[in-house]
Amino acid sequence: MSEEKIIEIKNLEYIYMQHTPLEHQALSGINMEVNRGECIAIIGHTGSGKSTLIQHLNGLMQPQKGKIIVDGEDLSDSNVDLKALRRKVGLVFQNPESQIFEHLIGDEVAYGPFKLGLPLNEVRKRVKWAMEMVGLSFNEMKDRPTYALSGGQKRKVALAGVLALKPEILVLDEPTAGLDPYSKNELLEKIKKLNREEKITVIFISHNLEEVSFLAHRLYVLANGKNLVDGTPNDLFSNKEILEKYKIGTPDSVDILYKLKDAGFSINPRLFDVSCVAAQIFSILSTYQRRVTDDISV
Amino acid sequence: MKSDQALIQLNDVSFHYIVEKKKELSVLHHISLNIFPGEYVAIIGHNGSGKSTLSKLFNGILKPSAGDVVVNGWNTKNSQLIRDIRQQVGIVFQNPDNQLIATTVEDDVAFGLENILVPAEEMESRINQALRTVGLTGMNKRAPHHLSGGQKQRLAIAGIIAMKPKCIIFDEATSMLDTYGRKEIVKVMRRLNNDGVALVTVTHYMSEVVEADRVIVIEKGKIITQGTPREVFRQKQLLQSIGLDVPIANHVAEMVHQKYQPFSSNLIDAGEVVEEVKHFTTGGVSV
Ligand SMILES: Nc1ncnc2c1ncn2[C@@H]1O[C@H](COP(=O)(O)OP(=O)(O)OP(=O)(O)O)[C@@H](O)[C@H]1O
Ligand SMILES: Nc1ncnc2c1ncn2[C@@H]1O[C@H](COP(=O)(O)OP(=O)(O)OP(=O)(O)O)[C@@H](O)[C@H]1O
Ligand SMILES: [Mg+2]
Ligand SMILES: [Mg+2]
Repeated sequence: MSEEKIIEIKNLEYIYMQHTPLEHQALSGINMEVNRGECIAIIGHTGSGKSTLIQHLNGLMQPQKGKIIVDGEDLSDSNVDLKALRRKVGLVFQNPESQIFEHLIGDEVAYGPFKLGLPLNEVRKRVKWAMEMVGLSFNEMKDRPTYALSGGQKRKVALAGVLALKPEILVLDEPTAGLDPYSKNELLEKIKKLNREEKITVIFISHNLEEVSFLAHRLYVLANGKNLVDGTPNDLFSNKEILEKYKIGTPDSVDILYKLKDAGFSINPRLFDVSCVAAQIFSILSTYQRRVTDDISV
Repeated sequence: MKSDQALIQLNDVSFHYIVEKKKELSVLHHISLNIFPGEYVAIIGHNGSGKSTLSKLFNGILKPSAGDVVVNGWNTKNSQLIRDIRQQVGIVFQNPDNQLIATTVEDDVAFGLENILVPAEEMESRINQALRTVGLTGMNKRAPHHLSGGQKQRLAIAGIIAMKPKCIIFDEATSMLDTYGRKEIVKVMRRLNNDGVALVTVTHYMSEVVEADRVIVIEKGKIITQGTPREVFRQKQLLQSIGLDVPIANHVAEMVHQKYQPFSSNLIDAGEVVEEVKHFTTGGVSV
């Protein structure tokens, strides 16, 4: 990963419906830096400002106060080339339905590449690739109407539509919400590959702490429109005070470790991968077994 | 908390959507099941297996293509009874945007209450209580379509809770909540169930499934297995073969069991894992 900053956010503020009785401050001072090729997770409670923040990244929302610089471009600049920005930054919304417009799935996924002016056979290749990335069978699903879809299938279509653009920066608002466990794991593996091998920069919002620790190099925690803490998943999830202070919640595997700790066992909260948790338990059991055998042999 | 007279009965129900004017898309096949008063049921299945379709059959939003759905003795095909049926069985939709209709948060909750003819003087307290339950206190005058994803989901839940139905269907109603918020809502569900409300929860969170009395597994529109969470999670191979999984705690228990056979492999939550560790170490450990 390079140390070159691809995104810089300084003191970003945003007020919805400013100067009306319904005005609402959603962002009140966000500071963030993302290096090229990094994978960043954003977590935080309901209404903390996550979706508002990321809609700034492809120019959907204009900074009211503060600064955002994406790949050298200042987004407050009125001359900013929005078309080029959206080609560079692919954004998948929290609610996939607000992103789907075409009648057929194949056309929906093809829309972006088509707009890029790619030749037809390349468009077709991209559509096929993108649909398979999200686990939608090209042959079975391309001619299915987009209204005839389940919740999870809609998210897959919205994801495919953005992946087909092959953006340099991928911004995902809860990409796995509503996906079944298999689809979720497959998608996470593929996003990880895009990031680690093809060096696509990824920024994703997630409520699933397992996937945050699987995917992210670093994460930011938002509350009330501010970013409070950041660090590696390992730093954060092994710091019980921070978890409790900001009511972050814990991945299920970390939860087991902390419960063991509360019960008086000594554990290492940094080793919270499922197999590490199992290994730690086994080691607790064998220490005890050894002591029992020692007692007998004495 | 369950009695033997079914609240919702599905008798040999099949369902197809009509797509592109005349093509039938067959989704559910010969499903028979009962939901009892006070029961807590989880429904799991992969994307597109038919869970939301099934949920919408439970209170007559969709009508079966074949077979019957009977709620409290009333057939959902009888459109004159639909209001009574909805009063018994409420559903929180997978996408809250399809549920929220009014221009303010409080009106949105009020709308459902007016529909079931709740007296005006009861209205305010019911609305505020429901908003408090889901953590939206003080947001009465906000506009539903100007809320965050998780706030919308909470509001959709409040709208149904306020109506006090005998059964609530939660169709992935916590999918947009953070871990902490999800646990709060799961607690709310537990409390409702303790108060005698029957719950059906559709979820991809295996740790939420553990809460239920009974789990129904749907695959390609058919029930392929059902039982208590422990019974169902024992069938790990089957679940994984259809895109599902077991809780993290179960994976951990299984791995420990591989190396030390006496350790049970059939544990389904963190608490049970810790108890099992204690069981093998009592009298010993204090390092
Ligand atoms: N309104 C509709 N018209 C036509 N077909 C539909 C409609 N809604 C869903 N379907 C199709 O019916 C099948 C079952 O969909 P359903 O929404 O019940 O799935 P689900 O189990 O809830 O999936 P998910 O986990 O993704 O929410 C899918 O193949 C879907 O494409
Ligand atoms: N269009 C809007 N108009 C007015 N206020 C809004 C609008 N959209 C969001 N808000 C408010 O701004 C705050 C931040 O919302 P945002 O959608 O960014 O939250 P979030 O962190 O994405 O939450 P969630 O996890 O629930 O999706 C919330 O209090 C929300 O009510
Ligand atoms: Mg959001
Ligand atoms: Mg569904």
